[in-house]
Amino acid sequence: MLPQRGQNLKVISVSINGEVRQFDNSISVATLLEQMQLTGKRIALERNGEILPRGQFNQQLLADGDRLEIVVAVGGG
Amino acid sequence: MNKDTLLIAGKSYNSRLLIGTGKYKDFSETQAAVEASGAEIITIAIRRSNIGQNPNEPNLLDVLPPSKYTLLPNTAGCYSADDAVRTLRLARELLNGHSLVKLEVLGDPQSLYPNVVETLAAAKTLVADGFQVMVYTSDDPIIAKQLEDIGCVAIMPLASLIGSGMGILNPWNLQLIMDRVQVPVIVDAGVGTASDAAIAMELGCHGVLMNTAIAAAQQPVLMASAMKQAVEAGRMAFLAGRMPKKLYSASPSSPTSGLIN
Repeated sequence: MLPQRGQNLKVISVSINGEVRQFDNSISVATLLEQMQLTGKRIALERNGEILPRGQFNQQLLADGDRLEIVVAVGGG
Repeated sequence: MNKDTLLIAGKSYNSRLLIGTGKYKDFSETQAAVEASGAEIITIAIRRSNIGQNPNEPNLLDVLPPSKYTLLPNTAGCYSADDAVRTLRLARELLNGHSLVKLEVLGDPQSLYPNVVETLAAAKTLVADGFQVMVYTSDDPIIAKQLEDIGCVAIMPLASLIGSGMGILNPWNLQLIMDRVQVPVIVDAGVGTASDAAIAMELGCHGVLMNTAIAAAQQPVLMASAMKQAVEAGRMAFLAGRMPKKLYSASPSSPTSGLIN
């Protein structure tokens, strides 16, 4: 999954909670969360319809076209 | 006498009042109402997080820590089995593997009436996936029994529509459900004021779940306290066993002899 040495970086598009953002393809989920100031927050994350366990945030790199859902607990009945 | 507790999925609860955390003015009012209600099981919803636009957004779980309360994530707003299952898988990840959940699959946004076909399908998937499912449903006794057979740990029929405050509209159906299922029956939705909660408990329901009745009261914290007492009073009245109803009383409360002349 890691980019090969010398590989040119290319811009990728990722949908996060329905909003499309562009990133460098070497970005990990953990780095993304850090950029959004969500590191350590009580969140859960789904990538392309599958739960991504917290323990994998560091290893998992985002790919072009990924769809992420990041959720929190809110008041509800 | 053994302590009268509510047993759900092998865990005992002292309070038979379950409350939701929606529609409060702010988290401090939510916290005060939860405290006043004495509820141990608190429902929460799962929604998209901010993605950087509001980094200091307060988090409900900081106010209602999972160490203190049994948090019951719901699937409010889900209209299909697939959406409900996805939501609860996210909730389980969010709550570190916590598997007790409230399943509700709605039929339409006007009535918020449950779609029992989708509810049954979602319940099957969730039970197979290891969830302990407390299920919101209509007051149909046949569906209630099917949900129990699937393996749901509590059946939660509506007393009237969500958020309507119309009270217990069909006590006979609630009774039919209680006659048929072994797991706890918890009235979910429709309670408007304290007497509604007491009536549900007097019927023999094992608990009452409410949100709007407290949150939309003029003084939510005071209403939370009223609901606590209503649920306790209704439960005690059920256990005590009410006197039979009689059109005419043939037995006065005071002695019939020794009257002055």
